[in-house]
Amino acid sequence: MTSQASPLGEAMAPQASETFLALAWRRFRRNRPALFGAVFVLLLVTVAALAPVLAPHDPAEQFSAGLTDQGLPVPSTLPASREFILGTDQNGRDLLSRIVWGARASLTVGVLANGLALGIGVLLGATAGYLGGWIGNAIMRFTDMMMAFPTLLLAIALAAILRPSLGIIIVVIGAVYWTWIARVVYGEVMAIRERQFVESARAIGASSGRIIFWHILPHLMPTIIVWGTLGIANNVMLEAALSYLGIGVQPPTPSWGGMIQQGQNFYRAAPWLVIYPGAAIMLTVLAFNLLGDGLRDALDPYQRR
Amino acid sequence: MAKFLLKRLLLAVPVVVGISVITFVLLYFLPADPARMYAGPNATVDTVNRIRHQLGLDQPVWVQYGRYVSRAVQGDLGYSYRLQMPVSQALASRFPYTLELTLAGIFVELLIGLTSGIAAALRRGSWVDSASMLLALLGVAAPPFWLGLMFLYLFAYKAGLFPLGGAGGLSHLVLPALTAGLGGAAWYARMSRSSTLDILHADYVRTARAKGLPGYRVLFKHVLRNAMNPIVTMAGMDIPWFISGVVLVEIVFGWPGVGRLAVDAVQTADIPLIMGTVIFTAMMVVVSSVLIDVAQAWLDPRVRTD
Amino acid sequence: MLREPEARRPLRLAAVMTVVSLLAAALVACSGKSSLGPDQQAGSQTPAAASSGPQSGGSLTVAYKDDLATLDPAIGYDWTNWPAEKMVFDGLLDYDKTTNLEPRLADGMPQVSADAKVYTFTLKKGVKFHNGRELKASDVAYTITRVLDPKTKSPGAGFYTGIAGAQEFIDGKATSVSGIKVKDDYSVEFTLAQPDVTFLNKMALNFAFIVPKEEVEKWGDNFGHHPVGTGPFVFKDWVSGQQLTFEKNPGYFMSGLPKLDQVTIQVGVAPEVALLRVEKGELDLMGDPIPAAEYARIKDDPAWKNRLTTQPQVSTIYVAINTQVKPFTDVRVRRALNMAVDKARIVKLMGGRGTVANQILPPLMPGYDKGYQGYSYDPEGAKKLLAEAGYPNGFETTMEAISTDPQPKLAESIQQDLAKIGVKMNLRTLASSTVIDDAGTPKKVPLVWSGGLAWIQDYPDPDDFYGPILGSASAVQGGWNWSWYANPEADRLADQARAMTDKTARMQVIQQLFKKLMDDAVWVPVYNGQYDIAHSEKLQGEPQDFAHPEHTLRYEYLWKAAK
Repeated sequence: MTSQASPLGEAMAPQASETFLALAWRRFRRNRPALFGAVFVLLLVTVAALAPVLAPHDPAEQFSAGLTDQGLPVPSTLPASREFILGTDQNGRDLLSRIVWGARASLTVGVLANGLALGIGVLLGATAGYLGGWIGNAIMRFTDMMMAFPTLLLAIALAAILRPSLGIIIVVIGAVYWTWIARVVYGEVMAIRERQFVESARAIGASSGRIIFWHILPHLMPTIIVWGTLGIANNVMLEAALSYLGIGVQPPTPSWGGMIQQGQNFYRAAPWLVIYPGAAIMLTVLAFNLLGDGLRDALDPYQRR
Repeated sequence: MAKFLLKRLLLAVPVVVGISVITFVLLYFLPADPARMYAGPNATVDTVNRIRHQLGLDQPVWVQYGRYVSRAVQGDLGYSYRLQMPVSQALASRFPYTLELTLAGIFVELLIGLTSGIAAALRRGSWVDSASMLLALLGVAAPPFWLGLMFLYLFAYKAGLFPLGGAGGLSHLVLPALTAGLGGAAWYARMSRSSTLDILHADYVRTARAKGLPGYRVLFKHVLRNAMNPIVTMAGMDIPWFISGVVLVEIVFGWPGVGRLAVDAVQTADIPLIMGTVIFTAMMVVVSSVLIDVAQAWLDPRVRTD
Repeated sequence: MLREPEARRPLRLAAVMTVVSLLAAALVACSGKSSLGPDQQAGSQTPAAASSGPQSGGSLTVAYKDDLATLDPAIGYDWTNWPAEKMVFDGLLDYDKTTNLEPRLADGMPQVSADAKVYTFTLKKGVKFHNGRELKASDVAYTITRVLDPKTKSPGAGFYTGIAGAQEFIDGKATSVSGIKVKDDYSVEFTLAQPDVTFLNKMALNFAFIVPKEEVEKWGDNFGHHPVGTGPFVFKDWVSGQQLTFEKNPGYFMSGLPKLDQVTIQVGVAPEVALLRVEKGELDLMGDPIPAAEYARIKDDPAWKNRLTTQPQVSTIYVAINTQVKPFTDVRVRRALNMAVDKARIVKLMGGRGTVANQILPPLMPGYDKGYQGYSYDPEGAKKLLAEAGYPNGFETTMEAISTDPQPKLAESIQQDLAKIGVKMNLRTLASSTVIDDAGTPKKVPLVWSGGLAWIQDYPDPDDFYGPILGSASAVQGGWNWSWYANPEADRLADQARAMTDKTARMQVIQQLFKKLMDDAVWVPVYNGQYDIAHSEKLQGEPQDFAHPEHTLRYEYLWKAAK
């Protein structure tokens, strides 16, 4: 991926870029899995945004009808639970409403952590790639080191120290994922900086910051968009894993991973507590992956598949 | 080759040192008092302070780190408060399990991933292709802990085919290994499919075919060998994630490995044990990447001169 | 984490959830004959189930989720290792089936001086350690001195600092403890600095199990993995992370004990797996509590009738209210909380395992006040009290709980209860070590959910329910008085009770003390736990052998029917 020329081409005119985008869109439109991903992502965003309207119940309300006499969750098949379309959870709350609201936590974490990771990753990767030398080397050594860190253990240690909350989870996940971005961006920038338009910018005396920001960054956009989309998938998964370990978003805010964590002791008595939130995670990750792949194919047709 | 190996190993040293420094400093800020955890509820504040002093926890962080390192290089990773045994002993007793699960997981990964990927490439466009790519997509998207629970529910509880977790014979290993391997298998399937496709279209393969070499010989001699390269590269990238996945799988299945030890250690603020497990796992990652680099160099001699 | 039905319990505190006691009737019946001889005691074993009587022979396999940490009685402070330690070691004193003390290695109850400060123990003669050497009084002195020695780092040292000269020894100002005197080979005398009627209880704790010096010195730090004692079983072998094996001590000094030839403790077995294996008859005994979801499935199942032993626990699960944090400095707010929590729903969430609590002491603890009504569930009344205290619209506060199932779920139920009276309670679920650290830091956490963390008795005496968790001496940084309640008046009552040898009069003072604590509403006592033990049909014993108030399992009394 690193040595391929960016399709945005040399010194492009606005018109040319429009053509490029139009081309990309045409390619994207033909990619059915990618379209499915895009539609599902849109749907998910809508669900998350309209959660208060769409959810049949308050996700935090613990109904007394939501527990059987033995104190177990109510399955969706009992007549009593026509109210609870997917059944209830271990506290007698409506599972469907919690899954709908859970989309919010998952997307918030996915997107914001991604923004953070992109910020750090692009900054460090681009700086290292452009400047090279010992600074670039030092940055990339550091990146390598962080990559060797067992991801989940690092996240657990961080989350334990920082005390879990939505903000902290975002920071922790961002702090874990940036290394990937940095490495990819580094490779791209290394290739781009030798190219003619960068040379010419340097010749007319543009500062390094200016060159990185105005000349190199636009060429990185396809990469950033693609890795950003894939990153959301990754972060949704990591959030779920952290929540599963009990160090995620705090109750009663529902998050899919947290729902699985709390529901897993019932996985035989009430398997739906685990099945539905897990399916939600899987579909979300799948959709973002498909979308990301589609974007890559559309934006970077020379990319080897 | 030996020189290459040595160079790679030397490069790994600062990585391990860096990780140990970061972990140690992080743990210093852990909002839990290990001396109190050790001393228990009935200990007086005096007792706790005495224990803190004996454990050296009242020293500045760099002093503690210095002492830790000077002991660690002699193989002494400290004493676990909770397990009441040397950390190295705890790691030694748990590592075989993690190794077993890791190897089994990698086996599943490669077996399922490569066969389905290559099969998909060879039968491009057929149902084999669609099915294996769909599975690959789902495999990547399914959270490993959820997959594990689903397997437990379906194959262990409902069907009763496998034990409900824990370590033991081969039957205990099947579900955890599948869970650990499937996510990775999905990546390998996609990767091996695309690199096989590339190579199938490469000139030398066309030539070989045109020369009338039988299909399987072309497959093994040219296609597989060349397809291995990007796959091995990917294995190197994959390892930290794979090992993280193993941690989750160990927890879901109650597998007595290092990952489970680490998560338990965090719960109980058992600092020497957290240090030990993190550094040990990091070393696993580093050593595997060195091995993979070596494998790559062996497959592609150009790398060695890099 | 998966299959962790109860919180991880790093400390003995927890352990003691397991603690079970007898019915009040049994207590009354036994209280008169407190020094029943061990042989009589052994002879009086009458198994409930089988008419053929206890049989010797056979082996038992028990499974736990977590590996044991140690079998060194000076170190272990955890609910899985205490019963295992008791297989290998004995104390001078022990409990009968209930909570009455009786001699074990001691030849009769000790002589106590009139001022309750000097205790003289005489040892049984001819008791041998597993290495063949005879037990001597010097071993007793060595054992207690070792627990006190800072080098041992024993978490139990605090129990014995009341012995005269202990502090000087700990501080390094003396080479031995002046209050421990070996009078001859078979008698040893302890002198206390202050009278303390609970000293005898302390001498029955695992920390006071007698260890042979030569073996401790031989193994050093590793003694906990190579234990040698006088106990009913001989330690054989420990495969870390897998299993421990113990074999019958054929020369055990209590005739007829133990019944079993061999005990195997398997570790790393998840509770559900263990339960399934008990169900299939592959396992004799499940060491961990039955997961809540599974309990609901089996509790009314006739197939489980003979395989489930249920006993109430001597434990109270509660919300500690930090009396030094606003608005909980106002007793009316604390009382309002007591009226707001729907305790019955929490018991329901626990699958019905437990009973609603209305006071600090659990029902089977001496000093429990049967006549006390406590605060009843009354959200409206709670709202009124809040309005009176100046919070008509409620307020915002925070509770910490551990993140291991089922605690977050129970804490969320409380969160909803408080929301109903207008209190917005943020919930932080954290690792147990973090909660303990936060709760022990002044003015840091307003509310702490004790589930999975709660301090539970070390010995069956209400005194142990006050000092470490509600006394002002423990309202310090790193202490366990999470209510940060420091009341000199209450301290005075507790001190007074500690020096009283008349049990009835003492219990009156105790009741006065705990009534005061409830009036001050330092806790919301939520429920008293229940212990459910799953075992095979073949494994027999009295309920107290499966769930003894102090020891949980009493392996030496369990036996196997040859069916």
